Amino acid sequence: MSGKRKAVALISGGLDSMLAAKVMLEQGIQVEGINFFTGFCVEGHTHAIRKQDSAKPKRNNALWVAEQLGIKLHIIDVIEEYKDVVLNPKHGYGANLNPCLDCKIFMVHKAQEWIKENGFDFIITGEVVGQRPMSQRKDTMPVVARESGAEDRLVRPLCGKKLPATLPEREGWIERDWLYDFSGRSRKPQMALAEKYGFTDYAQPAGGCCFLTDVQYSVKLADLWKSRGERRYELDDIMLLKVGRHLRPRPHFKLIIGREEGENNFLEGYRKQFVHLRALNLDGPLALLDGVANDADIELAARLVCRFGKGRDAEEVEVVVTDKQGATRVLNVAPLTADAIPQEWYV
Amino acid sequence: MKLELDARHLLCPLPVIRTQDAVKHLQAGDKLLVHCTDPGAIHDIPTWCRINGHIVRDIHLDGRDITITVEVTDGVV
Ligand code: SF4
Repeated sequence: MSGKRKAVALISGGLDSMLAAKVMLEQGIQVEGINFFTGFCVEGHTHAIRKQDSAKPKRNNALWVAEQLGIKLHIIDVIEEYKDVVLNPKHGYGANLNPCLDCKIFMVHKAQEWIKENGFDFIITGEVVGQRPMSQRKDTMPVVARESGAEDRLVRPLCGKKLPATLPEREGWIERDWLYDFSGRSRKPQMALAEKYGFTDYAQPAGGCCFLTDVQYSVKLADLWKSRGERRYELDDIMLLKVGRHLRPRPHFKLIIGREEGENNFLEGYRKQFVHLRALNLDGPLALLDGVANDADIELAARLVCRFGKGRDAEEVEVVVTDKQGATRVLNVAPLTADAIPQEWYV
Repeated sequence: MKLELDARHLLCPLPVIRTQDAVKHLQAGDKLLVHCTDPGAIHDIPTWCRINGHIVRDIHLDGRDITITVEVTDGVV
C-alpha cells in the first residue's frame, strides 16, 4: 500500500455520518468531509430567521461535526442540479415530497465525481440497513452503489458487516472486522458508539435531514406548483416556504405573513420582488403577496393582514400597500374576523 | 491581495460556500473581506476557517451588517 488511503465522507451534520467517518479515521484512513447544500436542508436557516430562536446557538451541524472529528469539510452548492432530483425522481417520493432514494444516488454520484477529481480512494456514508423506509433498505442500498457509479468504492462502516465486501476491504485498506453490523430503526447502537467515542451534543434531526420530509412543507411546495400550473422552483421560492404563515384566499394569489420580528426582517429582503402590505402606525406583520391580484384582491389581502396585527379588533385600520416599483397607497379596511377566514385558506 | 465578497442577504451555509469558493482562488497571505447579514455566519465562517486552517483576523458588526476578515493560509491544518 502506498501512503495513506483517502476517503471522502458524506457529512450531513447528524450522528450516523459522524460515526461512520470516525470509524474510518480509527482505521488510519485520511478522511475529508463533503456536504451538499440543496436548498432544502434544515441546517441553520430557520434558526437564523426566527428571532425567538436567537438564544440557541446558530451552528451549522456539518461544520460542527467536521471540527469535532478534526477533518476538512467541503460544502458544495448543488441547488441547480438538485432540482431534477426533486422534480423528476426516477424512484418516486417517500411519505412526502422527499425523493430519498434518488437523492442518495445523486449525492453519492457527486461524491464519486469528487473523489476522481481529487485523487481519493473511496466514499463513506453513515447509512444503516433498514434505518429509513426508502433509501436505506437491504434491497435499495445496492441500488445506490450501482446507480451512483460508486459501485464497490462505497463503504457503509455502520452496517458494512451485513453487506458484501467492498474494494477497500478486499484490498486490505480497511479491516472488515472493524466495521459494524447495525440494522433496523433502533438508534441505540449508534448512541452506544457515540458514547464510546465521547460524542455528546450531536444533532438529532427528527424525521430526516431536509424539509422535503416535512408534511407541512411538502403541502406548501405542492401548492406552489399547482398555483403556477407547472412544477418548477427557484431558491427564493423554497426559502420563502420555510418562513411565515402562508394563506391562499384565491387560487391566483397567496400571502406570506411574518409571524414575528425575525421573519418580518427576513421578508423585508424580498420587498422589491413582491407587492407587500403592512399596517400603518400599528404593530403588525409584513406580508408579501405572491401571484396576481386585482383591487378587490388587494383589499381582501389588506383585511387579512390586519387580522394578524395589533389592529385586529379595531373597526378600521390603515394598511400601506407597496408595489414592486416602490409606489405606495394607503387603504382603510376593516380587519377580517377570525371566523371569516376559512381553514382552507391556510396552506 | 485583498478581495471583497458580497454575501449579504444570503443565508447560511451560502456565505460559507461563497467564502470557500473565493478562498480557492487566493494565495497564502491574501485577505478576504466577507460582507454578510446572516448572524449564523459569525459562527460558521470562523468554524470553516478553523477546520481548513485559515485565520479570522476581524469580525466587525455594524447594525445588521457583518464584515469578517479572513486571512488565507496554505491550508495545512
Ligand atoms: S431526507 Fe432529504 S436530504 Fe435526506 S435523503 Fe431524503 S431527500 Fe435527501
